[in-house]
Amino acid sequence: MSQEQDFLEYVQSGGQVETGDWMPDEYRAKLIKFIEMHGNSELMGVLPEREWILRAPTLQRKLALTAKVQDEVGHAELIFRVVADLGKPREQCLDDLISGKAKFHNVFHYPTKTWGDVGAIAWLVDAAAIISQKALLKCSYAPYARIMKKICWEESFHILHGRDVVLTMMNGTDEQRDLVQEAVTRWWGPLMQFHGNPISREEDPMYVWRIKSQGNEEARQQFLDGYVPQIWELGLTVPDPKLRKNDDRVWEYTEPDWDELKHVVTGHGPRTQERLDLRRAARENTDWVRRVVLSEAA
Amino acid sequence: MSERATQLLQIADDELILGWRDSEWTGIAPNLEEDVAFSSIAQNEIGHARALYELAARDLGTTADELAFDRAPHEYRCAGIVEHRFADDWARTIARHWLYEAADAVRLEALKASDDTEVAGLAAKIDREEVYHRMHADMWEERLRDEPRFKEAVEELWPQALALLPEDKRATLAQRLNVPSNSLLLSGREERSDDFASLWEEMTIVRRSIPGAVW
Amino acid sequence: MPTSGRAGFARAAVWNDQSTRWNREGTALIYEVFRQERKGQAFAHAGSLPAPDGAFAEVYAREQYGRRGESIALWVVPRDQIQQIDEFVDELERNYHRVDGYPLKAKLKEARERAGNPAPADS
Repeated sequence: MSQEQDFLEYVQSGGQVETGDWMPDEYRAKLIKFIEMHGNSELMGVLPEREWILRAPTLQRKLALTAKVQDEVGHAELIFRVVADLGKPREQCLDDLISGKAKFHNVFHYPTKTWGDVGAIAWLVDAAAIISQKALLKCSYAPYARIMKKICWEESFHILHGRDVVLTMMNGTDEQRDLVQEAVTRWWGPLMQFHGNPISREEDPMYVWRIKSQGNEEARQQFLDGYVPQIWELGLTVPDPKLRKNDDRVWEYTEPDWDELKHVVTGHGPRTQERLDLRRAARENTDWVRRVVLSEAA
Repeated sequence: MSERATQLLQIADDELILGWRDSEWTGIAPNLEEDVAFSSIAQNEIGHARALYELAARDLGTTADELAFDRAPHEYRCAGIVEHRFADDWARTIARHWLYEAADAVRLEALKASDDTEVAGLAAKIDREEVYHRMHADMWEERLRDEPRFKEAVEELWPQALALLPEDKRATLAQRLNVPSNSLLLSGREERSDDFASLWEEMTIVRRSIPGAVW
Repeated sequence: MPTSGRAGFARAAVWNDQSTRWNREGTALIYEVFRQERKGQAFAHAGSLPAPDGAFAEVYAREQYGRRGESIALWVVPRDQIQQIDEFVDELERNYHRVDGYPLKAKLKEARERAGNPAPADS
């Protein structure tokens, strides 16, 4: 048996891999790409939300939202450290993000328009993300699995915050309820695309190598199971007349627009360029700081 | 308005506006670690503002959020130094941070000695948190002090740091900063700048969109 | 569950690799952070972060592992000060170091019978 085959059997029976362990080149490459995309997503996820920190309508909301976004930067910190120890330094990852070479999740390519988005994102987008993240807690690559524990713990606060914002608005004025509904309607498409197209687990290298412990469709079904009832119980609607749970307890829905997903993640989303430009500008602006201070003291 | 409420509002406004300005660095700080650290500082400032507003709110029969968000621009009493938008200038941001902490230390010392036990107590709590802000500011100042853009920023801003304090406290700060004590400085708390006007617009836009709503 | 030692994958001695690549992030140093969650608990490895020096490392460690009050104490140490040991040899099967080296069940049964004491229901 080849070493690669040995390794595959090892991870498939629950074996864990530590930094510096031998691993097939393909495993390392796929791992770096996957984890890097996660880091990029945390970083890019900050941008749609940070504007609302400045506009938060109460001191408590301002604090909670600032803490949430701070967590996301903290997650990026943890994630890029893992990637660096796998062999790709952070600065290279940031280069690739800004140049468009590396990807980030679809949801962070879209605009935020109202305070309703602040609630909807923290409640539903973070929920979709947390489902994916829980499926990484048993990642065969142990350093990543370990940071996922901290990440999932912190994300649980975000969902609470999201629900609090939404419930407060739903118990408020008609206008506030309209804001929530409008946001949910607008975010539904990207949410349904978020977990990716339904390739089977066995064909998904991320599952085969046990980097993820569930397939895309499994994740989406879990999301629908958890959150559609929460949406409906508030009297909110979802813009999909086909959405229902069938007799086999499987959620049926209108097929998401996979072309849109592909188009967006390859850098053509409504806000992709603007946000990458902002990252580039901020990075250039603070180049001198990294050079003068943040590199090792002489 | 009582002297106590006036004084509390001045400090609360300083902390709120500085915290708001500092939170503009979220996501775009020089590196990820600093982003997280500076965000905590911004949160603490907002938290201090809230505690101060809550104390004033009881005197004035209102709430902290109403004081923070529902006043007209001309009713805010923050010092000029906190109003400036420095969100693309780390040198000025740190210069302000370092100078503000130095001024605030003088201010808090005086408040901790106040006969008003509530104010003294709150000042003591805030001061204990400020220890970390000072640590952070000093750390950066030490590494930037020979950097031209930082030196320039400090030169530009130190008079505004003095102006933040009441006249009888300025000499103390001037001595600590090793700058001339200039008692001809106006406090700058009476008039708001253009920078403040655009800040206020953005800060209150959601709140004003549905007046009286609970968020 | 197989242990990685048994799977026979060679480990690169990265922890003891003094080369730049492993101990630095760009030109910053990497620091390892250990955290104690509550009094009485052991310090556990929490993660690593890049910093120009110990002062920055302290600030950044506080933030990453303490801002939510999740730790009461931290140890922060440069990565190049840590030495990993991960090769343990037991060619001669030292079973006296393991529980299976002490087969008590049969002996206990015999001793009880000799003493005329029936075995308890759960033995």
